[in-house]
Amino acid sequence: MKFALFTGCVSQGATRELMVSTRKAAEGLGIEFVEMKSAACCGAGVLSEKSAILADALNARTFAIAEKQGLDLVTICSTCQGVLKKTECNIKSDPEYKKKINHILNEGGHQYDGTKSRIKHFANILATEEGMKLLKEKIKKPLTGLKVAAFYGCYVLRPSGLSDYENPDDPTGMEEIFEALGATPVYYPSRTKCCGFPIVMMNKKASLEMAGNALVDAIESGADCVVTGCPLCHLNLDSYQPEIEKMLQKKYSIPILHLPQLVALALGYTPKELDMDKHIVSTSRIKRKLVAAG
Amino acid sequence: MATFKIKRYNPEKQAEPYFEDFDLDIPAGSTLLDCINLIKWTQDGSLTYRMSCRSAICGSCAVKANGHAVLACQKQAASLLKKDGTIQIEPLGNMKPIKDLAVDFTPFWDKINKVKPYLQTHDNVPEKERKQSPEQFKLIDDSSTCIMCGACYSDCNVLEVDDNFLGPAALAKAQRFVGDSRDGKTLERVTELSEPGGIWDCTHCGECVERCPKPAEPFYRIKEIMAVALEQGVHNNNGARHALSFAKSIKHSGRLNENQIPVESVGYFNIKGLIELIPIGLRMLLKRKIPPIIHKSIDDVQDVKRIFKELDQ
Repeated sequence: MKFALFTGCVSQGATRELMVSTRKAAEGLGIEFVEMKSAACCGAGVLSEKSAILADALNARTFAIAEKQGLDLVTICSTCQGVLKKTECNIKSDPEYKKKINHILNEGGHQYDGTKSRIKHFANILATEEGMKLLKEKIKKPLTGLKVAAFYGCYVLRPSGLSDYENPDDPTGMEEIFEALGATPVYYPSRTKCCGFPIVMMNKKASLEMAGNALVDAIESGADCVVTGCPLCHLNLDSYQPEIEKMLQKKYSIPILHLPQLVALALGYTPKELDMDKHIVSTSRIKRKLVAAG
Repeated sequence: MATFKIKRYNPEKQAEPYFEDFDLDIPAGSTLLDCINLIKWTQDGSLTYRMSCRSAICGSCAVKANGHAVLACQKQAASLLKKDGTIQIEPLGNMKPIKDLAVDFTPFWDKINKVKPYLQTHDNVPEKERKQSPEQFKLIDDSSTCIMCGACYSDCNVLEVDDNFLGPAALAKAQRFVGDSRDGKTLERVTELSEPGGIWDCTHCGECVERCPKPAEPFYRIKEIMAVALEQGVHNNNGARHALSFAKSIKHSGRLNENQIPVESVGYFNIKGLIELIPIGLRMLLKRKIPPIIHKSIDDVQDVKRIFKELDQ
């Protein structure tokens, strides 16, 4: 399998462990990722607050680059995934708009066709028949006994018309991956909810309360860790966890992993190789649990 | 045979709501509302809920089915049947239940009223009618379709933690007037809507788009108001500064400068806001999670700059 990798900004910035673990997971699975070094930020649904056509033009440019590479585009961030799919939908549903966008791209030597490249989240290339087969084939250290709670990230689920999950209100793709890795998925109501990150700068209390409610839900459902496909969710659930604890006046802590970290653990990489020591919330209990399980 | 697990509540009789099971053969082609009606008519006349038109026009019959808001008359009952043969029906969320499936819409209407849901026309009164071109109407076409059923309000993730948020329905209604070429109070409106609890408190969860039974899709309408607010120069708040900082960063390097955006969002002169950033900054610094101080541009950033320029941004 070979894909154009749209890294997104956060995996190059505040969650570099996501990029490190994505490379390891790809290496372990034998997937070739060609990094899209000239692709611009997807806009994270924020750039379009300023100008929708600007965000769409930059994203169409990204698609054109993937098309030129002749590859499907893979994202490692739920927000990138949802935002890119929205642009794709805006352009595909309006031929006049597509013409206008291509006119803008033309001078830069890009043209967006719309039929040559698909946009897939990393989870959705694994949660397929081919992906599952690959996972089962490559696993070296099954994550036996590890109870894992998925946190999907809004943008890969809603609106459902843009989602790759069969039933975005009750998705199972991440949990299927956990099972394939030998872990035990934990189903809990908050797994499809919002982490609150988009408003952490505007309404911090509400934002952290949203994250906190999800964390409490995962903990009370018996999870050893939460795994997310979105680095923005990771920031709110992990980096802000000490503040959330203080705010909710509850003493707890639960490690938050990026999906590629969990995959790479099962492929035999060590927590250290996956920069799991760079999280705000200690991930050592995962290591202990896996050692105890042998 | 399907089992409808319906949340019952009668404050005169019970302190807490409880679930009651009703078995029913779902008649072919019947909607969820048809089934709730059948249960009321044939099994328990005391079952309380709102309904009227049965045609997805009046917006009365929204309830939660299997945890998510739906318009009962618009949803085929069979499509809701879970593997275990049940359908769970509850009152809408984020509002207090009055009896069974009927909730108190008072906060919903209060917030609709708060956005001044009426035209405030320009002073220059035309001789005849105030005309709109098809293009001008297109800007408010989607928000005009809102039937105020409360489905979006019910499932809004922000309202679950913050009552002060105006919520998706009121904000979609606000867009109906912010975007109206005949309205003369655009600046006043977007200024008020930029206050705490307004547009910038939307968390992008997309629940309102997913639950909306019409093309109103509030999240997208909220974004349209944001664009107008930015264009009108209403920048003195974290949300607007955040969006502007985002755009500036992408224009400069093609990607986000995560060290700069939080600071620019709270504002360089907002001492209290800047102090609040210190704990997270320190935590990230200690774990070597701080984004690289030297912010690198993407390859071919000149093309990105060109696109910004071409679109006058």
